[in-house]
Amino acid sequence: MVTSSHSRPGTPSPAGSSPGHEPDGSPDRTSRSAPSAPVLSPRQRAAIWIRKRGLGPYLLLLPATAVIAALILWPAVQIGLFSFQNYGLMQISGVLPTQWIGFSNYSQILHDPEFWSSLKVSLYFAVAVVPLTLIVGTLVGLLLARLGPRMRTFVSISAILAWATPAVSASVIFAWLVDPDGGVVDWALEKVPSWLGGGAHWAGFSWTNAPLPAYTVLTVMLVWTGFPFIAVTVLAGLRTLPPELHEAARVDGAGPWRNFWKVTFPLLRPIFLVLALLSTIWDFGMFTQAYIVTGELGNRDEYNLGLYEYSQAFTQPPHYGLASAAAFVLTIILLIVTVGYVRAAIKQGAFA
Amino acid sequence: MTSVPLSGRAASGHRGRGIRKFNRASRKAVLNLLGLLVALFALFPVLWMISTAFKPASEIYSLTPQPLPLHPTLANFHAVFSGSVIGISYWNFLKNSLFITLVAVALSSMIGLLAAIALGRFKFKFRTTYLIVLLIVQLLPQQALVVSLFIDFRKYNLLDSLVGLILVYTAFALPVTIWMLRNFAATVPKDLEEAAAIDGAGAWTRFWRILLPLISPGLVSTSVFAFIFAYNEFVFALTFLGTDTAKFTLPLYVQYFYGQNSTNWGAIMASSTLFTIPVLAFFLFTQRRLASGLVAGAVKG
Repeated sequence: MVTSSHSRPGTPSPAGSSPGHEPDGSPDRTSRSAPSAPVLSPRQRAAIWIRKRGLGPYLLLLPATAVIAALILWPAVQIGLFSFQNYGLMQISGVLPTQWIGFSNYSQILHDPEFWSSLKVSLYFAVAVVPLTLIVGTLVGLLLARLGPRMRTFVSISAILAWATPAVSASVIFAWLVDPDGGVVDWALEKVPSWLGGGAHWAGFSWTNAPLPAYTVLTVMLVWTGFPFIAVTVLAGLRTLPPELHEAARVDGAGPWRNFWKVTFPLLRPIFLVLALLSTIWDFGMFTQAYIVTGELGNRDEYNLGLYEYSQAFTQPPHYGLASAAAFVLTIILLIVTVGYVRAAIKQGAFA
Repeated sequence: MTSVPLSGRAASGHRGRGIRKFNRASRKAVLNLLGLLVALFALFPVLWMISTAFKPASEIYSLTPQPLPLHPTLANFHAVFSGSVIGISYWNFLKNSLFITLVAVALSSMIGLLAAIALGRFKFKFRTTYLIVLLIVQLLPQQALVVSLFIDFRKYNLLDSLVGLILVYTAFALPVTIWMLRNFAATVPKDLEEAAAIDGAGAWTRFWRILLPLISPGLVSTSVFAFIFAYNEFVFALTFLGTDTAKFTLPLYVQYFYGQNSTNWGAIMASSTLFTIPVLAFFLFTQRRLASGLVAGAVKG
């Protein structure tokens, strides 16, 4: 991750990467150190000592670093350690000591067909949802840019409300919408003419008992939650573009399609890249919605990678070692995407 | 800025003014119609939840669902408040959620503010590295880390404890808090501080009199984000509060409620409404500030 910022000389070099000795960047060096009063309280003396060594920023960072290290970084490292141990029920209750067992957790997972099917579910899901969310979000963003101010406010606030709906509520609401008895979706599909795919066979159709229908529901749900963020971001990006560009293209005879691909998209490409990577991280790592819609951990054929990993640890008997190995795989996959995201963010000048 | 042909190529020369005016009006109507459809798509699930929460059972299972309740009732809400379904009232869970969330937001704001001042106002060796690590840390999958945290928390007796959740929420709210606050801290002009220092103001005075008042709008929007994160969080609550129903937070309560009686949709939607509406109202009140913070957070990192 650090190498990524060093390996590209073209990017505007952020301040911290210059190795020059500038230990004290505090704004008032001159005024403070000049008049050294003869009698100093210990507190003042400590302050001067800290300032001389440029320790100020490090002291300010200390609490945040301690909390993040203890509760995020250390657990992440520990996942790696546990994945090489036989950590299970006996070990957590202290009956038996843990043992290092090399790669056997990994080989056990890699030979588990459920692992591969769950990985496939996560992959297919991300491949379906990310482009759909981006397309819907971009179209809505383009639409918002063309609406009058009042209508634009109304539509974007409605969309932001969808985005703000908690994942648990969204899952429960969608479960109700597609409920076989009384759900509005089955009722509506029954009324749709048969040449459009509707018909009586939709009555009482159960959406959550098989992987494909369940993930169809999850797809619609995640597009619903995800598109407002894309739309609002694209709209903000569109507003940074000079309007003359589009007018010039239009005068030259470009229709809306060409106008988008030849003018808007190339200029907003960095934004689209960041949005695509963020959506991939969110959708590949979806947990809460899948947990609730697929019926807690009851349907093993509907696991995605997150549910598979979680079920290894939290269904009886627990296999923390296996879960850690799966968690490590999940983390590595997401880290690869994250590195791409960080590079894109650096390119955009996020660290300037 | 002369008029630009609206419908593409050779429209301007041949057609008359009236047609162009008509085109413009119909184009506007089509766009507004599309806007309404988008708003409907966005709002429908939430509206359906609210409407169901006010319906009596007979209407919930009727053969032709009505958009609005014909005989609105408060019975579903009554069931949720009285705790008739799982034995504990909604108030208990609201109390848990608010307590955890408010403490976590206060802690992460304070700790995050210190870090943001360091990152926004000082130059030091590992500043960029630190920011990059924060960006990565924020995207680590929580369902992976929860396995490791569960084992640690079990060791330190933090399971089934609100304190454990406060710790986790504080930590996981920090990266975004620091990132957003750093931008605010960096925009406070250095001259202001220097002038105050020349007038003899110490570091402490400068912090209270200059930095804090200028960063406080940023503090408001980061608090809103931290609040929403902690109030909505599910995976950690699910794992750490597994057995003690009375300690559940609201999202866990709604999910448990749904799991326990997945046919009582009126009560489920009432509980979910009571959980969701405060978040949405909060968003409506702060949305202007949030939308800009959201965009800044996404596009600028």
